[in-house]
Amino acid sequence: MDALIIEATDETPKVVLDPGNNIFEFSGKSLPEDVTTFYGPVLDWLDAYSESPNSKTVVKFNLVYFNTASSKLILDILFKLEEFYDEGHDISVEWHYQEEDEDMEEAGEEYADLVEMPLELKSYE
Amino acid sequence: MKENSFANSEFMDFVYSVHENMVKNDIMLIYEGEVNQDITKTFTTLTQKNLEESEANLPIKKRVYHVMVECLQNIGKHSDNAESGLPEIPGTGIFMVSKSTEGYYVITGNPVANSRIDEIAEMIETVNKMDKDEIKAYYKKKILESRISEKGGAGLGFIDIVKKTGNKIDFHFQKINDIASFFVMKTYIN
Repeated sequence: MDALIIEATDETPKVVLDPGNNIFEFSGKSLPEDVTTFYGPVLDWLDAYSESPNSKTVVKFNLVYFNTASSKLILDILFKLEEFYDEGHDISVEWHYQEEDEDMEEAGEEYADLVEMPLELKSYE
Repeated sequence: MKENSFANSEFMDFVYSVHENMVKNDIMLIYEGEVNQDITKTFTTLTQKNLEESEANLPIKKRVYHVMVECLQNIGKHSDNAESGLPEIPGTGIFMVSKSTEGYYVITGNPVANSRIDEIAEMIETVNKMDKDEIKAYYKKKILESRISEKGGAGLGFIDIVKKTGNKIDFHFQKINDIASFFVMKTYIN
């Protein structure tokens, strides 16, 4: 399956969904005016990936900032990943945040409460 | 000619008084006009740079940035025309960031149709009444129920501002005419 790679901009994160190299990562900021247009292709890609996923998938979120509209779309992505998990696939999420950034840590904890799949919080300095 | 030069000197005085007042009140940024995504990006980038040089800790800096984005996107998406009361896209309004000894204020003002006042006031009053745990629970409930609107919002802005800052939102509606009022909201981040 083809990778989906979107370079970061001032208002959208870098997206790497690359089964060939087994890298799945969202990083940077997310505050697009139109979240549906930006995240639509990501959700579609994940639907297609669920047809024949890798034997193990680790999805990393390494975001420094996202607005409330993006927070809803991140939840939509996590719910989609939860579906793969429910189907029996080996899939997990890593939520990376800067140690000092208590709000980003809290956001990770809230997502961990909202979705029922392995979601690990990892801090960095 | 004389009138002109008088008007000119009055204007120069006005510029000086704006400058003086901004310095006196520690206003970092003030803007009146159209708020679109480019304006949002420009101001948030500028403020981010100013904040990086300040001594505030990381969560405060990020909260100021966060509140700014939510407030600017609110004006851009929800400001109504003062004469017609109809939605203006992109919206216009006033936007201010100021510094106090302990923290930062983000202040916005924009016209809204009088018919929307009750709904906006209720949304803010609901979250203003909640304590930390209540607001966390409410946020989780609302993010699950939320659908992205035609305007691209998730309806979580006020909740998130109160949740992140831990402070109540001050707000006021100043009647413009029978159709619209000027909605002012002030958030404190410390």
